[in-house]
Amino acid sequence: MKEYKTITEVSGPLVYAEVDEPIGYDEIVEIETPSGETKRGQVLESEEGIVAIQVFEGTTGIDRNASVRFLGETLKMPVTEDLLGRVLDGSGNPIDGGPEIVPDERRDIVGAAINPYSREYPEDFIQTGVSAIDGMNTLVRGQKLPIFSGSGLPHNDLALQIARQATVPEEEGEGDDGSEFAVIFGAMGITQEEANEFMEDFERTGALERSVVFMNLADDPAVERTVTPRLALTTAEYLAFDKGYHVLVVLTDMTNYCEALREIGAAREEVPGRRGYPGYMYTDLAQLYERAGRLKDRDGSVTQIPILTMPGDDDTHPIPDLTGYITEGQIMMDRPLHSQGVQPPVNVLPSLSRLMDDGIGEGLTRADHADVSDQMYAAYAEGEDLRDLVNIVGREALSERDNKYLDFADAFESQFVEQGFDTDRTIDETLELGWDLLSTLPKTELNRVDEELIEEHYREDAAAAGDEAEEVSAD
Amino acid sequence: MSQASETETTDGTGRIKSVSGPVVTAVDLDARMNDVVYVGDEGLMGEVIEIEGDVTTIQVYEETSGIAPGEPVENTGEPLTVDLGPGMLDAIYDGVQRPLDVLEEKMGSAFLDRGVDAPGIDLEKEWEFTPEVEAGDSVEPGDVVGVVPETVTIDHKVMVPPDYEGGVVESIEEGSFNVEEAVVTLENGEEVTMRQEWPVREKRPTVEKRTPREPLVSGQRILDGLFPIAKGGTAAIPGPFGSGKTVTQHSLAKFADADIVVYVGCGERGNEMTEVIEDFPELEDPKNGNSLMARTSLIANTSNMPVAARESCVYTGITIAEYYRDMGYDVALMADSTSRWAEAMREISSRLEEMPGEEGYPAYLAARLAEFYERAGYFENLNGTEGSVSAIGAVSPPGGDFSEPVTQNTLRIVKTFWALDADLAERRHFPAINWNESYSLYQEQLDPWFQENVAEDWSERRQWAVDTLDEEGELQEIVQLVGKDALPEDQQLTLEVARYLREGYLQQNAFIDVDMYCPPEKTYAILSTIQTYNDEAFDALDAGVPIEDITAIDAAPKLNRIATQEDWETYVAELKEELTEQLRSLY
Ligand SMILES: Nc1ncnc2c1ncn2[C@@H]1O[C@H](COP(=O)(O)OP(=O)(O)OP(=O)(O)O)[C@@H](O)[C@H]1O
Ligand SMILES: [Mg+2]
Repeated sequence: MKEYKTITEVSGPLVYAEVDEPIGYDEIVEIETPSGETKRGQVLESEEGIVAIQVFEGTTGIDRNASVRFLGETLKMPVTEDLLGRVLDGSGNPIDGGPEIVPDERRDIVGAAINPYSREYPEDFIQTGVSAIDGMNTLVRGQKLPIFSGSGLPHNDLALQIARQATVPEEEGEGDDGSEFAVIFGAMGITQEEANEFMEDFERTGALERSVVFMNLADDPAVERTVTPRLALTTAEYLAFDKGYHVLVVLTDMTNYCEALREIGAAREEVPGRRGYPGYMYTDLAQLYERAGRLKDRDGSVTQIPILTMPGDDDTHPIPDLTGYITEGQIMMDRPLHSQGVQPPVNVLPSLSRLMDDGIGEGLTRADHADVSDQMYAAYAEGEDLRDLVNIVGREALSERDNKYLDFADAFESQFVEQGFDTDRTIDETLELGWDLLSTLPKTELNRVDEELIEEHYREDAAAAGDEAEEVSAD
Repeated sequence: MSQASETETTDGTGRIKSVSGPVVTAVDLDARMNDVVYVGDEGLMGEVIEIEGDVTTIQVYEETSGIAPGEPVENTGEPLTVDLGPGMLDAIYDGVQRPLDVLEEKMGSAFLDRGVDAPGIDLEKEWEFTPEVEAGDSVEPGDVVGVVPETVTIDHKVMVPPDYEGGVVESIEEGSFNVEEAVVTLENGEEVTMRQEWPVREKRPTVEKRTPREPLVSGQRILDGLFPIAKGGTAAIPGPFGSGKTVTQHSLAKFADADIVVYVGCGERGNEMTEVIEDFPELEDPKNGNSLMARTSLIANTSNMPVAARESCVYTGITIAEYYRDMGYDVALMADSTSRWAEAMREISSRLEEMPGEEGYPAYLAARLAEFYERAGYFENLNGTEGSVSAIGAVSPPGGDFSEPVTQNTLRIVKTFWALDADLAERRHFPAINWNESYSLYQEQLDPWFQENVAEDWSERRQWAVDTLDEEGELQEIVQLVGKDALPEDQQLTLEVARYLREGYLQQNAFIDVDMYCPPEKTYAILSTIQTYNDEAFDALDAGVPIEDITAIDAAPKLNRIATQEDWETYVAELKEELTEQLRSLY
């Protein structure tokens, strides 16, 4: 392999070097600094005579005397089932002091796109044990459902709760080994403290042995962050589609990933898109998020829960906006609910699971699931609206009907959404709780629920109780 | 190696000079603008998009990882074309018309490999050709010379290609042929096969464009009822993420009364295409009960597939649509999402270092959008038949802000605007089409059709609904400040009626079997029942009945259940009676 000492320019994360042989686009490069440190990078642009290299580990220490080697291949991830239980850094090197990884295969980390014709539509309900998700924004196997959060909100607790509790209620007679998830955890730019939180939880619950952890921390090089999720997803695809695992991929924090993209774009002096992020960020993110799903004739699945913190809690910011345009819904964390102490502070109104409709109902969850969730949405939205008004005119000025909706909205938050990070509710418990709340409204208000279902589930006594309470308080 | 490749170039074959993502430059390539070329040792498909001196710039339709300078570039000498002929229905293509099922088979994998090509239609499959002209007849470009039963639903007309001279038929075949065998030979030597090739960026010729006068009935209440689109019309559905663009497009693809549907998934989700592939074969065409796939052609260039093919996929789609229009069919084309197409233009343009226009989009964005929607319309075809292409484009504005260039430039062209609204979507009011912002400029020219085919007073009732909803909008502003009970009784009643309009009429759940498709007769019936309630209730109010009693009648909530009745005709008849009876009994 030829070594070049031909670096002509170093600029931010980029290095330009002259070459006298053709170098493949995307090819891996090793750069050895005069002090003997080896850094890895990737060809971003290849021209006759010169290449632009993006260096993962930062360009500090690189000068004209550094030597450059082109490895003649694109970046690969060594994959094997033995990765389960291992902790790796953001470039895929073990950092847990464990044995060397003997790969089955080395896979290109820029995964080829799944042929849409080869996909199977995801529709297996995943019970996360979280009512706001299972009841209102159901997750299914093979879905990509991000958590939109803000700094300081407990998104990590929710992600951990999901990773811990997620099961697929199997049909009777089937073994239960299919219902456990392998968890791939890809951390990008999170703090050591957050990392510890995750690792402690993994160790405490024994989840580590069915997990693969990739850690790029806040003080690790930013450019490496563009590689970490690809390593994680390559591993996930291998475990899912070659080894038949149901894999849950948690990626946090996508905001740091996008910042890294922006940094590279700026260094290349590209024309920036909205708010300085590259114009191709949609495509780039899609190449990550679309690596979720199910395939025809394969057992496994890749389910993704990317986490992102919305700068300024603004969901029109390009990072959540582009994410929302690619993922199959979003779980929205809410600051006011958090201050009220609701755990998890999920605001169901702007949350959405697009694959819910096909994943619920008779034979999947329960026949009344869709109607219950629909009605609770409508009722909660109505109650929410009335809160503004009540601040102005006071409760007394509102009709009895309006007061019932206000009470519903309160109860919805304090009983349905609120459950703590350790409670694991079955879908039955969630839906029954839903009926408890819906039954505080008059039957005639439940116009989104099938009449037969109302007959079957509506609690006559609850409505009466509600009425009495109403009368008492009105006195 | 570099020396080796330098000596190789003789016959117009060039070699790669640089690679940057989907954009490759080549030198020594003998090519014209828009020629299709094969790039690199693996022969990746690309298209010439710029020529400057000896340097040719190419957008590559496949991933370029590992491709290196010095590798060869070969010119096909032809622009990007599609194969037109039987077999396009019930098919699923990528953005350059490679059948995805064939690719799966050839690649032996669920993942898309590179450098594999496949013709758009099966070249070997034999079709039963029945002639419609005889030897000695004279035929002109566009004329139908025979038919082939393409699917249970569609007879595929075999036509003289528009770029032929035409003339007297020397001989004509009958029976089974593949698409490359001549079925008609003209005296001037021209041979007609069942396959035509056509450059995607060029519109197929017609005699003239006419004013559309028939609605493309969508089976969606708010669309047919308030904002109808014409056969041959254009529409845009802009909205933030999760507001219902795709669900609306899917509903149209399922239920619109077109003969042919071309669905272009442009830069969107893989699972959404899978949903179509899995659902459509099981769904019935509302026109004839056959499988929906029998009238559908799918183009899927999902967001993770190469960006250059995303740029071309809308052209591939509309060319296929035009071809069926030429046969005299009404074709509906859905493009989800045109914003991804525009972004693909932007991405390529920025790699070319072109001067960026608004928000980085190339200066020719508006022109490209206009060109595309101009290919829609109600036409007289070369062969004298009439056919239409209706084009319905989803638009995905960043941050849901409609002031951005793609939405604005689209609105300048299209005549129907279905504005999706995050707020409605959040409260699960679906379809989340905002009735204040949306409009249809076809309304007047389509009214006669609805009056003749559905109900004489179709437009008056619509006007009543629009007025009531407008009034509600104004009243709501007051309610926000003082509460509903502070309003006079007649206004409270208007609010109640408007609520039924919203919940019972405008809302339509795309996932409930009985409600996902609503024939215009049912649309009309729901509206007229709500109006019956309105009229009777106001009479009662005038007679001095307190508002609480009027709104409390137990027939009223049933207004919200008409939509989900199998036997809505009986239900409506009974409900109207019940409403009248209950309200009249109050005074
Ligand atoms: N008519 C409808 N009936 C019931 N639900 C609907 C309807 N329209 C939209 N929805 C709900 O809204 C969700 C989002 O809709 P959809 O996927 O069409 O959004 P979109 O505008 O295409 O978003 P994106 O831009 O991200 O693709 C659906 O998954 C469904 O839950
Ligand atoms: Mg969509």
